[in-house]
Amino acid sequence: MTTSYAECSARERLALLVDTGSFHEWLPPAQRLTSPHLAQLGLPAAFDDGVAIGRATLGGHTVFVAAQEGEFMGGGVGEVHGAKLVGLLKRALRGRPRAVLLLAESGGVRLHEANAGLIAVSEVMRALLDVRAAGIPVVVLIGGANGCFGGMGLVARCADHVVMSDIGRLAMSGPEVIEASHGVEEFDSRDRALVWRTTGGKHRWLTGDCDTLVEDDVAAFRTAAIAALSAAKPITMAALEEEHGMLAARLAFNGAEAVALWAAQGIADAARVPDLDVAAVTALGAR
Amino acid sequence: MNQPGLETLDYALPGTRPAGAFTPVLVGVVGSGNLEVLLEPAAGGDCRVHVETSARGFGAIWSAVVSDFHARHQLAGVQVSIHDMGATPAVVSLRLDQAAQELKP
Amino acid sequence: MDWQTLATQLFGAGHGITRDGDLLRGTVEFDAEPLTVIGTTDHAPIGVQLALSQARIVLDTMTRHPGRGILLLIDTQGQQLRRRDELLGINRAMAHLGMCIDLARRRGHRVLGLVYDQALSGGFITSGLIADACDALPEAEIRVMRLPAMARVTKLPESLLAELSESNPVFAPGVHNYVAMGGVRKLWQGDLADALREALAHAPTDDRRAEDGAARGGRRMAAQVMQQVLDAP
Repeated sequence: MTTSYAECSARERLALLVDTGSFHEWLPPAQRLTSPHLAQLGLPAAFDDGVAIGRATLGGHTVFVAAQEGEFMGGGVGEVHGAKLVGLLKRALRGRPRAVLLLAESGGVRLHEANAGLIAVSEVMRALLDVRAAGIPVVVLIGGANGCFGGMGLVARCADHVVMSDIGRLAMSGPEVIEASHGVEEFDSRDRALVWRTTGGKHRWLTGDCDTLVEDDVAAFRTAAIAALSAAKPITMAALEEEHGMLAARLAFNGAEAVALWAAQGIADAARVPDLDVAAVTALGAR
Repeated sequence: MNQPGLETLDYALPGTRPAGAFTPVLVGVVGSGNLEVLLEPAAGGDCRVHVETSARGFGAIWSAVVSDFHARHQLAGVQVSIHDMGATPAVVSLRLDQAAQELKP
Repeated sequence: MDWQTLATQLFGAGHGITRDGDLLRGTVEFDAEPLTVIGTTDHAPIGVQLALSQARIVLDTMTRHPGRGILLLIDTQGQQLRRRDELLGINRAMAHLGMCIDLARRRGHRVLGLVYDQALSGGFITSGLIADACDALPEAEIRVMRLPAMARVTKLPESLLAELSESNPVFAPGVHNYVAMGGVRKLWQGDLADALREALAHAPTDDRRAEDGAARGGRRMAAQVMQQVLDAP
């Protein structure tokens, strides 16, 4: 019996992911640390500004966790939301948990808070890199229906380890923005198959942009998160040179279509990938 | 030009079932067609309800939903705080009941 | 201000910065010290290629010139909005650039950002905003997104956003708002070389932006919320 990670709220995911009953929230909803910027737009605030943060155990290990609620403002990062994430990361430097887990579901900067959100995302990135520099792994889980985009797509790729389900998406710009900018020929945002081939978990697994691919099941995310606790990857010159070489090699591919890219990577019968289940795709990208 | 603004509504209804002390309860999510409800202990014998909603002009419906909720639960000494983004009365009632349900030991 | 004028005012006519497409690069001498200059021009859209080109220069500086200061000259319209770049992982390439700059800082390289024309969105996050500090010219413009696109995504009327953009610091694109919010450390007024000198001498190496935002009144909650997390039972 599986529980869909995508269909759970952020708090439900958190409760089911960590050891039962172990989540202790910092700055809980009753503290009413809400956005100071939404009322002027006629929008209601959320008591937790769309992110729940705190401490928990995972497989008995102390972890610091944050879960973004994708349904509130698309999970966008606003001033308070971002400050909660930065506070959590700063606290990790002091508390030295086994890992920091980020259940990411976000469109990136909360446009309704524009400038404040942009600065906030950048503060999250810097604080995350401080945590990694201290030897504490940061693990990002991506499996919500809204995906992980924009500034949060950058934050995700600053982490040690990214776990995605096939439902999850990880990218920079949303397909609608690309279509609005360069036309439907460039990116038909209503072609769901195209969107998932280009930015979804299976594609990111096959190119190596996520480190673990799982089913849309909270238990599968939990197992992957526990395994990732030992996946700290120090950021060194050697690591960055290796990353650079790998990314530079991608430019040798001339097209914009996923199936062609997978075929160029040597994946047999690439056109079938979208129809394969997670286990089969995992095997195809095994490393 | 359209001048957006949240509508705020407040109610205080005398209850007969004291909720006593409890850890605040949160149910629901603020999203399109949805709402969140925070339930906290409050001094006095009322069930106080504070609503902030982006769907303006539905005061009469909120009154009715809140009255019905109070008729079902009769809570005393609680503050109910709502952030709403256009949920239907059925969804509002559901969330309120879910919140009240979490008070039962 | 165009990059040539900027470079000449900062480093003199023989500055040594060259342009290769939208990429600016060079080694300059400033107060008898060499500085690596990396940047973009022409409101460059940052795609995988341009992100990697900039990262390459940062990596080479770390390897060949340990400790050398790096100046980032920023003029970008943000990330390249193309399906190919998304397919190839533009977010990863840009994060890589950010991590290269961040490692340079940790290895003792002074990294300063200067927005000399425009800075949008992701193009800004992984350049100026990840430097030790980011300054700007007074006439520069910093935005998250252009208004029509913002209106489409938020489903708020463009007229409302335009109105808010005039006066509300959270929306207005002027650099003064970014200074007030702590995102930009300082505006370069008067002699540009003096401003660079001051930046090299005094820009912090830790992230002071939330504190600055609180002190300057543009972002009143961020620093306080961060502290509350640290103090939470």
